[in-house]
Amino acid sequence: MTLDRRALFGTAGKYLIVTAATATVIETFLSGATPEPAAYAAADHWWAMALDIEKCIGCGNCVRACKTENNVPLEAEFFRTWVERYHVRGEDLEHPDVDAPNGGYDGFPEKYAAGDGARVFFVPKLCNHCAHSPCVQVCPVGATFVSPDGVVLVDKSYCLGCRYCVQACPYGCRYIDPRTNTVDKCNLCYHRITKGLLPACVESCPTGARMLGDLKNPKDPIHQFLRDHKVQVLKPQMATGSKAFYNGLDGSVR
Amino acid sequence: MKQLLRDGGHLIRVAALFAAGVLAFFVMRGLLVPADFGRYGHYRAGALEDNRKRAAVFAGKPACLDCHGDVADLQKGSKHAAVRCEACHGALARHADDPSVKPARLGAARLCLTCHRATAGRPAKFPQVDPEAHSGGADCASCHRPHHPEQESKS
Repeated sequence: MTLDRRALFGTAGKYLIVTAATATVIETFLSGATPEPAAYAAADHWWAMALDIEKCIGCGNCVRACKTENNVPLEAEFFRTWVERYHVRGEDLEHPDVDAPNGGYDGFPEKYAAGDGARVFFVPKLCNHCAHSPCVQVCPVGATFVSPDGVVLVDKSYCLGCRYCVQACPYGCRYIDPRTNTVDKCNLCYHRITKGLLPACVESCPTGARMLGDLKNPKDPIHQFLRDHKVQVLKPQMATGSKAFYNGLDGSVR
Repeated sequence: MKQLLRDGGHLIRVAALFAAGVLAFFVMRGLLVPADFGRYGHYRAGALEDNRKRAAVFAGKPACLDCHGDVADLQKGSKHAAVRCEACHGALARHADDPSVKPARLGAARLCLTCHRATAGRPAKFPQVDPEAHSGGADCASCHRPHHPEQESKS
């Protein structure tokens, strides 16, 4: 059989294509054909946070983890989450002593003698991810908004740095990042929760005082938490639709 | 009609100017407002993706257990069973991505006392010690196993 150059290239080409196709099929088969992970559908979630003051030990792990995860400036004016220490004398709910040395970043050095007749407790704070958020309502350019999954986010490329939202937030959860002159705040670790991870503060809390919950998922343990505890939100009179639910919230906490 | 055109020239000029202004507004709006603005609400839809695209610094306990499943067995039945790895070991996504990045060694005493030093305000039922009174300041790990503190350390 004679094989001219044309036929040789033609036959070789066909074999090459068949081989490549077979290899691809075999490879897909052998690798278990990992299916594309289901894309994150924001509309299927409605994120919230449950915080249990009775479990908070004021270790400051959440504050440190948050600053690490989100590259928050280390100065004591800039926090996405922080912990406050309350010292309340008996019935005097109007005049608690509140301190948060460096936001709790270094823990809480002993300040109050045990058994001084006051109750002392820690309150972790963060953005309440309000459903009817005052900060969103005042933004003149649409740089801050409630996402379809219930997280209050900032569009850093759109923010003017006008500071309206910093004044509007009743919980003091926003700061102006001195590096970019735009606003920054807790985004519930949006880059983590949308990939199935926990927010850094929840991941690092040793006592389970913080719990991320998806209110749209009927199997989420947050529903059990909300059934089992008598919860309150901060400043309910502001009607912000806060989604940070506190168990054991003292009347003195503002 | 002819009469109106002749006497109303000033009105037509104003109307033309107004129309040009409206046109300029819509042209500028089309140029300056991003295409995805307003898809979900009064914001840029791409901002959702911007918020998502950062890399995680904490790996998360499931990632730790991929390799260190034996530690989960150590924790079983202990008060530390529910404590997630990075609560003590710190952020280790870089180590999880590349095991050749070694995590820092932990000083047990300082580490334990972050949570367990007696401090007013900590819940009464949470185990707390004054390290001097408790052990004379000895290394916690000489008695307690960090992953299962109820068990005595082997060393």
